Amino acid sequence: MESRLLIIVIIVIGAIAVAQLTRLYELAAKMRKHGEHDIQDRDNYLNARLMLVFNIFQFGGLIWLMLKYGWTGRGPAASIEGQSTDWLLNLNFAIILAVFFLTNFLLFFFAYRYVRKPGIKATFISHNNRLELIWTSIPAVVLAVIIILGLQTWNEITSASKNDALKVELYAQRFNWTARYAGSDNVLGKTDFKLILANNELGLITSSTIDSSIQAMRFGAGGIMDLQKMLNNRDTVFTDSTLSVIRTNLGRKERLLRLLNQMKATHNAQTDKSAWNDIIQKDTLYLCKNKPYEFTFRSKDVIHSAYFPHFRQQMNAVPGYGTRLKFTPIYTTAEMRKLKNLPTFHYILFCNKICGGAHYGMRMMVVVLDEKEYNAWMRMKAKKDFKASITPAAAPEAPKDSTATQMI
Amino acid sequence: MASTHDAHGHADHDHHHEESFVSKYIFSQDHKMIGKQFLMTAVFMGFVAMMLSILFRIQLAWPGEKSDFLSFFLGNQWAPEGILNQDMYLGLVTIHGTIMVFFVLTGGLSGTFSNLLIPLQLGARDMASGFLNMLSYWFFFVSSLIMFLSLFVFNGSIFGLDIPGDWGTTGNGPAMAGWTVYPPLSALSQLEGSGFGMTLWLISMAIFIAGSLLGSLNYIVTVLNLRTAGMSMLRMPLTIWAFFVTAILGVLSFPVLLSAALLLIMDRLAGTSFYLSDIMVGSEMLTNHGGSPLLYQHLFWFLGHPEVYIVLLPALGLSSEIIATNARKPIFGYKAMVGSILAIGFLSFIVWGHHMFITGMNPFLGSVFVFTTLLIAIPSAVKVFNYITTLWKGSIVFTPAMLFAIALVSTFITGGVTGIILADSALDIAIHDTYFVVAHFHIVMGMSAVFGLFAGVYHWFPKLYGKMLNTRMGYVHFWITLVGAYGVFFPMHFVGLAGAPRRYYNFTTYKEFDTDAYEMILDLNVIITIFAIIAALGQVIFLYNFFYSIFRGPKAPQNPWRSNTLEWTTPVEHMHGNWPGALPVVHRWPYDYSKPGAAEDFIPQNVPLGPDEEESH
Repeated sequence: MESRLLIIVIIVIGAIAVAQLTRLYELAAKMRKHGEHDIQDRDNYLNARLMLVFNIFQFGGLIWLMLKYGWTGRGPAASIEGQSTDWLLNLNFAIILAVFFLTNFLLFFFAYRYVRKPGIKATFISHNNRLELIWTSIPAVVLAVIIILGLQTWNEITSASKNDALKVELYAQRFNWTARYAGSDNVLGKTDFKLILANNELGLITSSTIDSSIQAMRFGAGGIMDLQKMLNNRDTVFTDSTLSVIRTNLGRKERLLRLLNQMKATHNAQTDKSAWNDIIQKDTLYLCKNKPYEFTFRSKDVIHSAYFPHFRQQMNAVPGYGTRLKFTPIYTTAEMRKLKNLPTFHYILFCNKICGGAHYGMRMMVVVLDEKEYNAWMRMKAKKDFKASITPAAAPEAPKDSTATQMI
Repeated sequence: MASTHDAHGHADHDHHHEESFVSKYIFSQDHKMIGKQFLMTAVFMGFVAMMLSILFRIQLAWPGEKSDFLSFFLGNQWAPEGILNQDMYLGLVTIHGTIMVFFVLTGGLSGTFSNLLIPLQLGARDMASGFLNMLSYWFFFVSSLIMFLSLFVFNGSIFGLDIPGDWGTTGNGPAMAGWTVYPPLSALSQLEGSGFGMTLWLISMAIFIAGSLLGSLNYIVTVLNLRTAGMSMLRMPLTIWAFFVTAILGVLSFPVLLSAALLLIMDRLAGTSFYLSDIMVGSEMLTNHGGSPLLYQHLFWFLGHPEVYIVLLPALGLSSEIIATNARKPIFGYKAMVGSILAIGFLSFIVWGHHMFITGMNPFLGSVFVFTTLLIAIPSAVKVFNYITTLWKGSIVFTPAMLFAIALVSTFITGGVTGIILADSALDIAIHDTYFVVAHFHIVMGMSAVFGLFAGVYHWFPKLYGKMLNTRMGYVHFWITLVGAYGVFFPMHFVGLAGAPRRYYNFTTYKEFDTDAYEMILDLNVIITIFAIIAALGQVIFLYNFFYSIFRGPKAPQNPWRSNTLEWTTPVEHMHGNWPGALPVVHRWPYDYSKPGAAEDFIPQNVPLGPDEEESH
């Protein structure tokens, strides 16, 4: 409270001080007998010199920042794709810095040099076709180079991955990431958001997960049967709005059940095994050095963006859409720690599309291992594939199963 | 061409009638008053948006530290114990962006100066339709009010007034989905920041767009039909060319944003699935299927990118006029400048996809947008070179307006060159949505347009209010603002190159994986915030000067800057119909400064050519 008072007092005193100063200035101006529009030579020269001073501040500031922080605080690129991006980035930076220094210098220097001087009139020059042709065609040529090199790199890093690229899916939801490795067959099982249950968080499609979902939709807590019971219960009286919420919910669940039944009818059980051997991994994403990766992205709720700053790659995860990107890591985490001279360094996967209040905390550690370490980790992980993670007891077979409580 | 209007003007003048307070100051149909109304509203909104930015800059520089300043403005609801709430952080960012882009730099810049200058510089009595012009302001006013009030939504009420019904009442606070309000985040009203505040955001924008369309149509018609005798298209000042093309861009692109907003309102309130497909919120499965969140982005950026030029072109137009006047030299390459404005206007419609390189859009489509986007650099470069050459061998008078106009050229360069990096899809993916982008667009669009706005206010203040601003205060304001602007946005590039994502409440995550980068980001954020506070204090000087001079400034002479354009041939005191007698007749282009053989170093447009004088262009 006291500080609020203080703030207000300071503002009031400040305003009074400025008002008094203006008064003073006005009185002085009246004595000088020239209007505000009549810029005096003294002021004019002062501003001309300040133009040059500012130019020095501007260039000095930029050079100081570049020397102190370099132009990528992210360190060297950690993927093959990132290396070509960085090469191109450096080239482009060289070009734009040259343009920046040249044009800003000319601007501020001319402003300083051609300040009004007594007895010297401005030169009447309205246009010069040759000059204009030159400064239209030079940017055009430079841009042609930038465009051609840019598109080459772009095609390189967005082209289809090789067949042997390891498939990993990154699944985004507010506010965490889940990775899914494709397992020994390197084929990711198909998914559908309608199959999401507590024991099938990614909604993988198998004959048994479809059955579980149908069961949960019908008999689970908050399922269709529950809602019908609620409506038919004569002991409780609902308000109109609650009643309409229940009815809307019921209609929605009946629609979803129909869709689930359709899915069951058309499901090909042959594809089950590609889902069963998928490996689900939270918190940390492990990658293998020098292996090409093909990442696919899904989102559960809103748009997220998978941003790998060190690998120089980024792709949105859009609900209802599949997106992809590829890269090949080239330094293990241990190697990068040495390169950056920072023993606690980790690679990271950020969420880089606003997704709600805790957006800033949505990230996943990324660890790049060499092939030996990676294979050892994978052997251990493969024992806990999707099939192993679903225990038979968890699949709701009978009404009122406790695992379906998530389904309200 | 202007004869019919001329007659009408005379009639008006002869029956001089007293206007009531309401018709003169409130529901005025006079373009000069409407221009002033736009300016006042924009000054207020601009001040609000600037304060919001200071609030979240404090959080970024000193995360988690108690601040009396924050609790003073945000109270216990949004800054418990002086620490900013993480949802409200996004709310502040969202409303700051929205107000600055639409209400200050679109409404404020184009609204004020198109209204003031189109009739005055063309030699017209008023806009083609004074009534539509009045409506355009009042739509703008209502939408500003709604946007401002949306900041105060809390627990289903605004200032203690209950929001009726269950009309999206879930959630507190204003829209919190970023100024682009991408669905599904903005469509799911059960999420924080997508409740009633978001509904207000969308309604406000819909009204804003309606107003903007009315204004733009009026500007176009006026420019095409109401030019005075002798004012051929190629004798129009570059300001008018810029406003004209801006208005065309607005008419062609704002309706697309309106449709985007309407479809989003439908998804929120009527249960449609334009933008929604296969979504779970928590454990609630939505049945929406087949919609596309990317559809919204295409619609949004179809406006969003022309919008950049709706903001920039008027600023460039104003500065062309100011630079030529105060360099006492013709603008270099008038026709090339007109050509550049037209080229930028055209190209701005086919580049929107560069905002979407990482949405999963087909990479080939991305390549096309890379090509078209980088093409814009050519007319932009031409404009910059022409400005620089206009200064060359000039006789420069540093009025505050001239200083801001030169600073505009500088920020246009500085922000423009980083655009080349972002337009290149291969590079964009590495820095998309980082602070590098924030730095880029704040310099090239934010700063340039704000400098254009200030330049315009300093230059045309005598025409707006018949008074002079204090010049020395103008100098102090300018230097603080320029140093502040570069001090804020230069370091921001480096924050972005360190990979720091925008719209992050804090960067504590960095502590877990790269302590060096964390230190760097925090250091830079402190520098940025200190410069931001200095720059904000500088604006107080401007506000003081502005309001003080409106009431107590010295009276303005008729043509204070010794300028050529027609607005300086009108009397200082505003009058309905602008010119007391016949409309001026135009005999030359507006840039006859320091013409050899002339007695003065300027020849107004209504002065006939001398006996052996050749018309220049």
